[in-house]
Amino acid sequence: MFIRKTVEFFTSLKLTVTLLAFAIVLVFVGTLAQVDEGLYQAQSHYFRHWVVVGMHLLGRNIPIIFPGGYLIGTLLLVNLVAAHIYRFEFTRKKIGIYLAHLGVILLLVGQLATDMLAREMQMHFDEGQTRAYAESATDYELIFQNGDEVTLIPAKLLKASDELKIDSLPFAIHVKAFWKNSDLNFRAPMTQNGPPLTTNGIATSFDFVSTPETKTMDERNVPTAVIELLPPNGLTGDWVVSGWAGDDSLVEAIRNNYAGQVGPQMAQDIASKLGTMQTVTIGGKQFSFALRPVRYYEPFSLTLLKATHTVYPGTDIPKDFRSRVLLQNPRAGEKREVEISMNHPLRYNGLTFYQYQMDAGQVAQQAGRTPSSVLTVVRNPSWLTPYIGCAMVGAGLLIQFLMHLTKFVSRQQKK
Amino acid sequence: MKKIFQKWFPPVLAVVMAVWFFGNLQPPKDKDFAFNQFGQLPVVADGRLKPMDSLARDSLLEIRQVQMLDLEPWKEWYVNHKTISADEWLANVTMNPAVADEWPVFVVANPDLVSLLKLPEMNKTNSDGEHYSWNQIQPSLDTLEKENDRVEKIDSASRTAYENAIAKLHERLMLYAQLKNTIQPADADNWPAELASFEQSIPDGIAAAKAQQAGQAYNKTNFDAFAYNISRFQFMANLEPPLILPPDGTTEWRRTGDALLDAPHGKPLDNFTHDYAKMAGALAANDPEQFNSALADLRSQLVPTQSRALAKSRAEVFFNQMEPFYNAMVIYILAGLLAIFSWFNLSESLRRSAVWLVWLAFFIHTTGLIYRMVLEGRPPVTNLYSSAIFIGWGACLLGIILEKFHRNGIGVVASSGIGFITLIIAHHLALEGDTMEMMRAVLDTNFWLATHVVCVTVGYASTFVAGFLALIYIVRGVFTKTLDEATGKSLARMIYGIVCFATLFSFVGTVLGGIWADQSWGRFWGWDPKENGALIIVLWNALILHARWGGMIRERGLVNCAIIGNIVTSWSWFGVNMLGIGLHSYGFTDAAFFWLMSFVASQIAFIILGLLPPKYWRSLRDKTPA
Repeated sequence: MFIRKTVEFFTSLKLTVTLLAFAIVLVFVGTLAQVDEGLYQAQSHYFRHWVVVGMHLLGRNIPIIFPGGYLIGTLLLVNLVAAHIYRFEFTRKKIGIYLAHLGVILLLVGQLATDMLAREMQMHFDEGQTRAYAESATDYELIFQNGDEVTLIPAKLLKASDELKIDSLPFAIHVKAFWKNSDLNFRAPMTQNGPPLTTNGIATSFDFVSTPETKTMDERNVPTAVIELLPPNGLTGDWVVSGWAGDDSLVEAIRNNYAGQVGPQMAQDIASKLGTMQTVTIGGKQFSFALRPVRYYEPFSLTLLKATHTVYPGTDIPKDFRSRVLLQNPRAGEKREVEISMNHPLRYNGLTFYQYQMDAGQVAQQAGRTPSSVLTVVRNPSWLTPYIGCAMVGAGLLIQFLMHLTKFVSRQQKK
Repeated sequence: MKKIFQKWFPPVLAVVMAVWFFGNLQPPKDKDFAFNQFGQLPVVADGRLKPMDSLARDSLLEIRQVQMLDLEPWKEWYVNHKTISADEWLANVTMNPAVADEWPVFVVANPDLVSLLKLPEMNKTNSDGEHYSWNQIQPSLDTLEKENDRVEKIDSASRTAYENAIAKLHERLMLYAQLKNTIQPADADNWPAELASFEQSIPDGIAAAKAQQAGQAYNKTNFDAFAYNISRFQFMANLEPPLILPPDGTTEWRRTGDALLDAPHGKPLDNFTHDYAKMAGALAANDPEQFNSALADLRSQLVPTQSRALAKSRAEVFFNQMEPFYNAMVIYILAGLLAIFSWFNLSESLRRSAVWLVWLAFFIHTTGLIYRMVLEGRPPVTNLYSSAIFIGWGACLLGIILEKFHRNGIGVVASSGIGFITLIIAHHLALEGDTMEMMRAVLDTNFWLATHVVCVTVGYASTFVAGFLALIYIVRGVFTKTLDEATGKSLARMIYGIVCFATLFSFVGTVLGGIWADQSWGRFWGWDPKENGALIIVLWNALILHARWGGMIRERGLVNCAIIGNIVTSWSWFGVNMLGIGLHSYGFTDAAFFWLMSFVASQIAFIILGLLPPKYWRSLRDKTPA
């Protein structure tokens, strides 16, 4: 009795309709919430959770508990699969329906797989530079380097007032402050400056301040931490490690920014103060360290040969962005030139490279900057599922629709 | 006699309307100045090659929101007003500003702004209290500039109506200033003479400038005259007006200002610059013969190298004059009214007339759509404006197909109703500027525009058709006695079929959008507002179908659900753009928000009507036992 009721519940069309209604409401509020919470935040809050607790809509907080994207998606999947197993009987009349629903199942599963397996990275380079790694756009790591010995600590582990002990390092790390997003200012000589954050390294030249986390899509959070390195004996003082200093592309951005204000010479000076890795000597060993975007190394490299940015005549409307790159894979003995442009990504070795941002063309030329390009790099093992799923649903619905239509037309003609 | 009338009235009416449409195709003749010929000259503006005529119409639409300029708006409506074409207006703005600056072309409707600029109030001699000339505004330009500096710092979403009016007027004045500096410096009194003396002064001017820089003695008169010209040409070029000088083999299209600045660098001015100057002089001197001969000379110079540009310009001017969407709109209204009347007196000849007219309007609509595609070299939908045109077209086609099978006037009313409404929307969207704007880099792909965008738009169109049929069901059922059982059943069947169709297209279109995103950004689904809007349409259509199969809704439930489809689709079409976030957002206008909210409110009102118990329905009341 109970089993029959459960089966009836999970295979019922009422459940389907209810879930669809919930999905519509969720998608709607998840869209509205993007105004208040930002795209990424809202995505995770509404669609990547089992349950949504509390909503921020139109500047208000609404205390409510609502099923999240994962819950609705999973229940829909269960409902769909259960209904088909329970009621399946092969008839020619229903073949379109089956095909369409199978496609929907594939899409849901594929999306879940993408959610769990896909990784999005970026690759920044100037013309002439070669990169054998891609960087995370969101995650940072603290690196300590002594010759060939490299220790990597994910920034996630840096929590304010924690003390970290790592086996490969002869000292402990005391995290005094950790800011998820931060900004910096050059401590220009001859101006009124407060006391520096610490008296070591980059903090003597720059002021770092904590800023609110960003919500928009085209800005990112740049973390900064104040750490104290604690060797077994002696003191090394406090140090500032910051994403601003460890990320070459940000150092470059700072340089370009200052070049307009104080001239290229001075800007270069500021940039090298910021970008040079800080060092500390502990127990006779010299360690360089920095907080930098997490790097993913690949067995091949890309060299940016030419970055082109064209606009429509007489306007600033971008017409085309394209990067010509040299792909070198010593293992496979490969060395060839490839063009990556909007809507024409490069797929290679399980990775896909998309044209993202670009600093080239007239504006860069006039400012005397080397043209540079940013590629989005994505590893997504399930990228094909939407293609197949879409084809199946499309074909299924089309078959069903045409069958209805021919029946309808022949009935009309008989009249 | 009556039979003959019934048989022949519909086609005769259609032929009359067709004659009306084709009669308007004949371009108006130039009287003295060949302004229509001037309108056919090619120019590069907004990043694309277009005729002066399009530049004139788009600019006038942006500044004045019309395509013909009324020079005497303060006169009563029943008196004859002097009006001029957009071409004549542009010719005078670019070449004879002394006259054009007197014309009341700027819309200043905000009362605070009118008083800030100390503009005259409504009277019977020079002001209707709403449209003002450059000369009337000019004395207060500084005040406006200061206010605009303040307004520019305010986020556009949190501006007041007054602040929006400031920003808008400033934009329009900027556009006007650009146009005034397209052919000659705006402050030129006698441009051909000034140009000639500038060319003559170049050697002496350069010598004086070189001497001055080297710290030697120099001729101050020569130096000052030269420096004065260079500075005004620099000002001209910095405004970035449209590019009117065609490529000469070494350069691309150029601005007059840039060519003038290049002249001292050993690049002599070409014949085009001189011909334009001659035209300007002739227009200012009111000498049509001289103007027309300079224009003819300019055209003949263009022929050898720019024959393609000339042909494209001519084609576009023809399209502008045809005004297919406006004409189709007029015929849609007529067809819709005839079809509605046919329900009341059940006259078959009225219905047939409506069918004939809808076919004619659809033919004109299609012609316009295809003509635009050919001009642009693009699939039908490239921006919000063309999506409105295409939704109307798709809905009209679906309505015609429905009419073919059901022959009860319902398809015709749906065709003409949606056709009319979408073309009105398109008309208002056209006020934003060039509707054939160039595609930004990521959108520059005909493959995805032809597949994803077209599928999604067909999905919108069909969801609207289902919703419109539902509105017909409710209006006829509640307010009239014409919704008998057969008509009701037939309407419900149509709605069901259209919802199936809509599900197919909105689903495939949405997923194709995901695939496009995967191709260009590396993610299939990013929960972007526009994507979410499309997803909601798919989910809603799927919900309707499942609820119907599960017996959760019947005829009237289906009807009410289809009306919600209207709300959902309008949200996806316009609503999400107003959120101002995400990759697809393309601007926000107060007026659009107001109309969207009104539309949603009206649809909710219809749903409430639809939920009324049968005893309140005039069509159902008699059949249900009280």
